[in-house]
Amino acid sequence: MKNLLIIGAGTAGTIVANRMSRDLRGWAVTVVDPGADHAYQAGLLHVPFDMLDEASITRPRTSTLGPHVRWVREAVRAIDTSGRTVETREGGKYDYDIIVIASGCRIRPDLTEGLTGEGWGTTAFDFYTQAGSSALKRALAAFEGGRLVVNVVEMPIKCPVAPLEFLFLADAYFTERKMRDRVELVYATPLDAAFTKPIAARTLGHLLDQKGISVETEFSTAEVDGGARVVRSFDDREVAYDLLVSIPTHSGADFIETSGLGNELAFVPADKNTLAVDGHENVFVLGDAGDFPTSKAGSVAHFQADALESNLVRATRGLGPLPTFDGHANCFVETGHGKALLIDFNYETEPLTGDYPVPGVGPFSLLEESRANHAGKMAFRWLYWNALLRGRPLPVPAHMSLAGKHLPTTPT
Amino acid sequence: MSSRTIAGAVIDVDAEGFMTQSTQWTPEIAIALSNELGIAPLTDAHWRVLTFARDDTAKHGQSPGPRRIVAGAGVTMKELYALFPKGPGKLVARLAGVPKPKSCL
Ligand SMILES: Cc1cc2nc3c(=O)[nH]c(=O)nc-3n(C[C@H](O)[C@H](O)[C@H](O)COP(=O)(O)OP(=O)(O)OC[C@H]3O[C@@H](n4cnc5c(N)ncnc54)[C@H](O)[C@@H]3O)c2cc1C
Repeated sequence: MKNLLIIGAGTAGTIVANRMSRDLRGWAVTVVDPGADHAYQAGLLHVPFDMLDEASITRPRTSTLGPHVRWVREAVRAIDTSGRTVETREGGKYDYDIIVIASGCRIRPDLTEGLTGEGWGTTAFDFYTQAGSSALKRALAAFEGGRLVVNVVEMPIKCPVAPLEFLFLADAYFTERKMRDRVELVYATPLDAAFTKPIAARTLGHLLDQKGISVETEFSTAEVDGGARVVRSFDDREVAYDLLVSIPTHSGADFIETSGLGNELAFVPADKNTLAVDGHENVFVLGDAGDFPTSKAGSVAHFQADALESNLVRATRGLGPLPTFDGHANCFVETGHGKALLIDFNYETEPLTGDYPVPGVGPFSLLEESRANHAGKMAFRWLYWNALLRGRPLPVPAHMSLAGKHLPTTPT
Repeated sequence: MSSRTIAGAVIDVDAEGFMTQSTQWTPEIAIALSNELGIAPLTDAHWRVLTFARDDTAKHGQSPGPRRIVAGAGVTMKELYALFPKGPGKLVARLAGVPKPKSCL
């Protein structure tokens, strides 16, 4: 029996494990993950606004893994790529013939001077963890007004639209609570605009004005002074806050650094089309753990899993990988008041307007606010647990399609 | 998109002045742009950053952010901001002839 070892049973690792345990004969499929539960992270955006309760976004991991997947509940400490073994913090040793890194990424507030100091958990929060989003829900409920600053410390982050979605939902939340006039909403981003792609900027730029959100651009966060309640940038600009919602620096898992497989933030460099890790024929990476020039998103993890499936089958037969992943991402973007946008793009094509997935019909509209899009976003949680994680086909193509999209007539 | 003449060469640029064809770039263009943008003269440290940004973008498919530049070009964060005041990401991209750092939207 040969061994396929998958590190991490989040969105990506679970899909790959469930699919491969059905596809492969004569191979044992093992996932290593220390966490007892699987979290639907997209729901973390809704928890602070009381649109979803905490319990509805987690499930026991056992319920997400198929009957032929072996789950080792340990944390990987290091991979020895020459000896083809993995060592865990608990002292376990596991041999592999092919390994898939799907360990995602995590927030690192400790990497920003002062962020976890005074005020962390009372006036400064994250919403990218379960503890953070629950604490923020209580803080928002108790908020009496003032300046709420959403600060992206640096790129890359998971779901790069989530900070904007947070602001849109905050605008709706405070409006519904009849206190919008007492809340100032500020977005401090390291990029040079809130919308950085030309067509999105043109189509959506008005949303910020319409919702009264001010933007501090090219703001590279150097430190947070929780006592004075200011965020300071490397070029000595200051943004004052009453409530800080920080999206801290992200990094990959420690074992990636220990094993010499990562870049400066422990993301794994790999071929962006085959997902093979640079310099290794039997090591693959997908999802947030990889250093890919596309978004860190669940939809990307899903489309990468589609591409990786055939490359893993090829690898078990001694065949090299094919360049099958096109960078496809597909994300619903909440805009508040029961509406959302949808974006669909890949390595080559920026988000365009149009209908999705059926040209002229939809039901979803690209780069345009609609109630159907919001319904799609909320319904997705059911699909996530019942179809996506199980590795069942979803009614959307793995490769991005230009059908239904409006191509720019003038170059951008 | 339009084109302009700079340092004796014709280059394609977008609405904000970023070069859209990385292959049209020459060091002379970077020097001319540094004059326009008021950060001339370009020192060795500037060139280390610009060279790294070009190599990294070619390899990686997207322009490096500040942390990646610091790790790869041998400058500190403070130096990087002194070399390219207010937003090195955008200025470096502008001078190195690579796309500016972007998000998905
Ligand atoms: C607030 C928020 C909103 C989001 N909204 C959306 C959205 O609307 N749409 C969308 O597509 N995406 C969204 N995402 C992003 C999406 O959740 C992630 O991109 C996706 O979960 C990535 O899957 P992954 O398998 O790579 O990582 P994860 O799902 O994070 O899984 C990584 C797994 O690896 C395990 N692991 C870590 N270290 C080790 C170790 N040392 N040993 C063993 N196992 C380890 C972890 O326990 C975890 O189970 C959102 C994310 C956040 C935080």
